Formats: sequence, structure tokens, C-alpha cells
Amino acid sequence: MSFPVIKKATYILVNTPDMIIHNGTTQTLEKETNPDSEYLKEIVKHLRSFEDVVGYAPNQTYIGGMTPEELSEIKRPWNASKVENAKRFAEFGEIMPQDEFYGLIKVSDVFDLVLLEKDFTEVVRGKFTSHPVLNIKVDALKAGEELSVIESFVKSGAEGLFMDGKLVGCIKKAHEFDKNLTSHIMLENLSVKASGVLALMHLVKNSGINVNEVEYLIECSEEAVGDMNQRGGGNIAKACGEIAGIKGATGTDMRGFCAGPSHALVTASALVKSGIYKNVIVFAGGATAKLGMNGKDHIKKGLPILEDCLGGFAVLISENDGVSPVMRTDVVGRHTIGHGAAPQAVIEALVSEPLARVGMKITDVDKYAPEMQTPDITEPAGAGDVPTQNYKMIGALAVKSGQLDRKELPNFVTAHGYPGYAPTQGHIPSGVPIIGHGINHIMSGKLNNFMIIGKGSLFLGRMTNLFDGVSILIEKNSGVIEEPSGISKEEIKNMIAEEMKNFADSMLK
Amino acid sequence: MDLEIQQRVIDLTSKFGAENMIVMLGGAEAEASGLSAETVCAGDPTFAGPLAGIALGLGVYHVVESEVKNEFDPAVYDEQCGMMEMVLDIDSIIGEVKTVRDEYSKYNK
Repeated sequence: MSFPVIKKATYILVNTPDMIIHNGTTQTLEKETNPDSEYLKEIVKHLRSFEDVVGYAPNQTYIGGMTPEELSEIKRPWNASKVENAKRFAEFGEIMPQDEFYGLIKVSDVFDLVLLEKDFTEVVRGKFTSHPVLNIKVDALKAGEELSVIESFVKSGAEGLFMDGKLVGCIKKAHEFDKNLTSHIMLENLSVKASGVLALMHLVKNSGINVNEVEYLIECSEEAVGDMNQRGGGNIAKACGEIAGIKGATGTDMRGFCAGPSHALVTASALVKSGIYKNVIVFAGGATAKLGMNGKDHIKKGLPILEDCLGGFAVLISENDGVSPVMRTDVVGRHTIGHGAAPQAVIEALVSEPLARVGMKITDVDKYAPEMQTPDITEPAGAGDVPTQNYKMIGALAVKSGQLDRKELPNFVTAHGYPGYAPTQGHIPSGVPIIGHGINHIMSGKLNNFMIIGKGSLFLGRMTNLFDGVSILIEKNSGVIEEPSGISKEEIKNMIAEEMKNFADSMLK
Repeated sequence: MDLEIQQRVIDLTSKFGAENMIVMLGGAEAEASGLSAETVCAGDPTFAGPLAGIALGLGVYHVVESEVKNEFDPAVYDEQCGMMEMVLDIDSIIGEVKTVRDEYSKYNK
């Protein structure tokens, strides 16, 4: 069996302070239901600077500026300290400021829906010139618009784009009446597109792959792309690939709420293992709706708005190269329709059952990667430390199955899990943040394997109360690429000919 | 507590009567469980939902409390809750919910 391999992962964050206020649903809902609220007045005073966002330890861990091990050494809460000499560009990608992101949204727009003010455009053009992957998009920014033109579009319903409270651009509706092409929806979709593009472009550069050898793209965010007649028609994957210049690929969108990336990883692995495609990229951008989601709790507890970034990632899955970590397609967990929603049933479906099928124990997996949200964000909101809760559940299941001693449970949590360091962007923290560090650690011999666990809350769409999830084990490459076994027809013919010759010789003797 | 769940609690209580209702909680955190408990007894303390200012006084329990656990078949309870018993801060959760119930519940305490 020749497993597919996982070659590279990139991660990006986009700091979007003004988008929190204008596009995060906690804030937009408050504006609608309680427009004079104290919260809306307070929130502007609790936005972090770009410098603080770059210096935030979980963010540095996410983009590969530090390892999860180094993050564990830092005293919590992490928002109480800054990382020294933190840079916006790191091994796995970057943290992008808002102005450049507006430029990227403009460049991602192919229907002239996005207008940027002319002086603002020139500032962004200058920044693009020195950007490692966006320097090729300098001309695509085109010329900017007069502010008065933008103001008049905003007055007639376009979504404003703001920098420090100042209007610098807008996104128009794509249709006069179509409710699925409103300016709000175009903004959400262009944001997930632009952040997905950024992750893709970093991956193509960092992996060194010949861009024309990428054959398929699977996008796994949680947005719906379509119009009033086909609300979720999709294929923003191909749209992103177009902007990223991946000319040899087509793609599709895969949806599974937070479990989307895990489903996509398993599917990409199947496509490569079966030989259909040689190189598949799984990727996703971020959700503007989720910005500042727990803002009220954060402000109440005297914290800054910690949900101030969009997240994005891209992962390359390829044919076995004898070197990169393998996707163990024989160790895949799936939470079935019949499993039920009890936490125990979920962990059994995703962890113990797939491991048991290949004779592995829960303790044989070096690191588990379930939902990896930063606890700084979730604890003040009453949701606890989600990754740690997951490691406890996995350890508890090991105890119940007799694979672990009860008193070893606290050690299990630190030994088999990393602290959370991803933003609360739904699909973004779900398992995939570990991949970049996991690949490095497997290649250096520090880890032998890690397991990605994706879980999805399907009830949110009001179509089912069922839970969902899939998981897959990633492991060190054994270095042996199996040759296809079996004998060819040619060899058989030669063997028969040889024997007939021998027989003929023996007859003549 | 989720706004829609608050509404469902209101609707079911008006349909069946507060004395015939018990609210069962299953959350993983003590503080959040306490807030949910307070919502269905004393009213939504965040004043965000339909139960803002409405004290239904309902009996409310968390599934890890012994009053509840003893009602279950032990094998079923172990299968459904056994793992989480090892994971959750049981004492804190019980402490929060019981305190709220003792102070604010009028029925089925």
C-alpha cells in the first residue's frame, strides 16, 4: 500500500480591526437590536494594535514563528505579554494588516464590485511592491476612486471598508434584487476568497512545487457562494485558484461546518492514493462573521477584543515521495449517523475505533489535534479550554478501556496534546493548525505521528441535530515505496518459452 | 443560555405548568452551568433573552448531580456519562447549580 504524503502547510492571519465592528455578527446584531448600546461605544477602545497582534504568542505559533512547545513555556494568559522581536512573516506564512487585505480583496474581485479610494490605493500599492507573494499583483490593484464616488455607493447600500474608522473603500451589491448577492454577502465571500488566496500563494511559494503540477483544489471554509437560484452552488476553490495562478487545477468546495478541513484531508488523500491526481491542495480562508464573536465577554472582563483576525491555511497532499509524513488512509475515524451524540461515542468513533482496527492503542499516538482554539479567547466566554477538554476526554476513554492508569490522566493531557493557538474561526482551529509543526517534528524525529480530529456542529444549519466528525492519523514515512507486485505477461511468456526450449533440448538428447 | 432555548422553556412551562417541569443541564463548565440554572429560575442574568426579568422558579439539575445519577440505570449512565465524569470538574459544577437551585427554584427542589 503506498500512502499519500503531506508535504507542506501554510497559515495566515489577517488583522481586521474595523471589520470586527462592521462585519462581525455580534456587533452587527447589536447595531440592529440595540443601536445605542454601551458595548458598541466601548468596543472601539478595546482594539489591539497590529504590533500587539503580531507580538501575541498564539498568533506567532500559528504562523510558525514559535513552536507549540515554546508556547507552553509562556505564562498564561498570553495576552498579558508580548513576544520579543516578533515578525509578521514566519516559516508558515504571515500576519497581514488590514490595509493590505483590502488591496487583496480588490485584486480578488473580478466583477468590479470593490472600489478603493485613490490615495489609499497608492499606499497599498507601495506595500504590495515589497510583499513576498503579492508583489506580482501591484498592477492588478488598478487605479483608485474618488472618495465621493465611494460615499455615494455606500449611501445606496454598498458595504463600507474602513481603516481606523475612516471610509477607504466599499463593496457593492452584485445584483439589484437578488438576496444572495447583497453587498453583505459579497463582502463575506470576497473576504474568504482573499484570505484563501493568500494561504494558497504562500503554499505554492513555500512548497517549491511547480504550480502547474497542482491538479485539484478543495476549499473547506463555511461560506456559501451562489445566487438566489442556487444559493450554495460553490466552487470558490476554482475562483481562488484563478487569482493564485494555479492554472493546471480545477477544484470543488467541501462543506462540513468545523469538520470541513478533516473531511477535505481524507478526500484529498483518497484522490492521491487512488492515482486520480498527483497533487491536491486543501485550503480555506476566514470568516468575517466570527470576528469579535465573544467581544461582550472580553470587554466585561477587561480584555481587548481578542477575536481580531481572520484565519487561513493551505496544505499540499501529494504522491508518496519516500520522505514526507504519510497520510495513514487505513487509520481514518468517522462519526456515523448511528453513533449518537454522547461525548464518549464521539471519541470512540474518532479515536479508539480507527486505532483499534490497526491494533494501535490510544497511547500510541504522540499528539492529538482536535479543536485548537486559543484558551485566552474561550475561557473568559465560559467555554473553558477546549483543546485541554478534548485531551482529557481522549485520556478518560483510554482509562475506561484499560489502556491508561487513572492517575496518569493529568500527564496524558500534557504529553499527548498541545495548547490551543488558533483563532475562533470555526473550521480554522479544527485539527489542521498542528500540521505545520507536526511535519517539522516528524521530519526531525521529535514525533512519530499525530492525529487530526475534526468535529462539526451540524445542528447550526437546522437540518439535523446530529453531530459529525472524521479523523486521520499522520505518521513518519517508512522510506519504502512499494513497487506494484505481480508478474507481467511478458515475464510469463519468457518463462514458458524457456521451459519449452529446455523440453525440446531434452527430447533431442 | 441560548435565546431560542429560553423561548422553548417559556413555551413548555406555559403549556405544562412550572410544577411539572424540570430543566436538565449538561454543560461542561461550572460558571456557564450556573448561569443557565439562574436563567430558568431567577431570570436571564444577562438580560439578553426572553427570560430577562422573568423568574420561572423551575427545578434545575445538572446531569452529574447524584439526585439525577441515581435515577439512571448504572450501565446506561456509565456508557453515556462515565467518560465525562473523569473529565469535568464535578464538584464545581454541582456547587454552582445546587447553590442556584437552593436559592431560586420554587418547584421540584
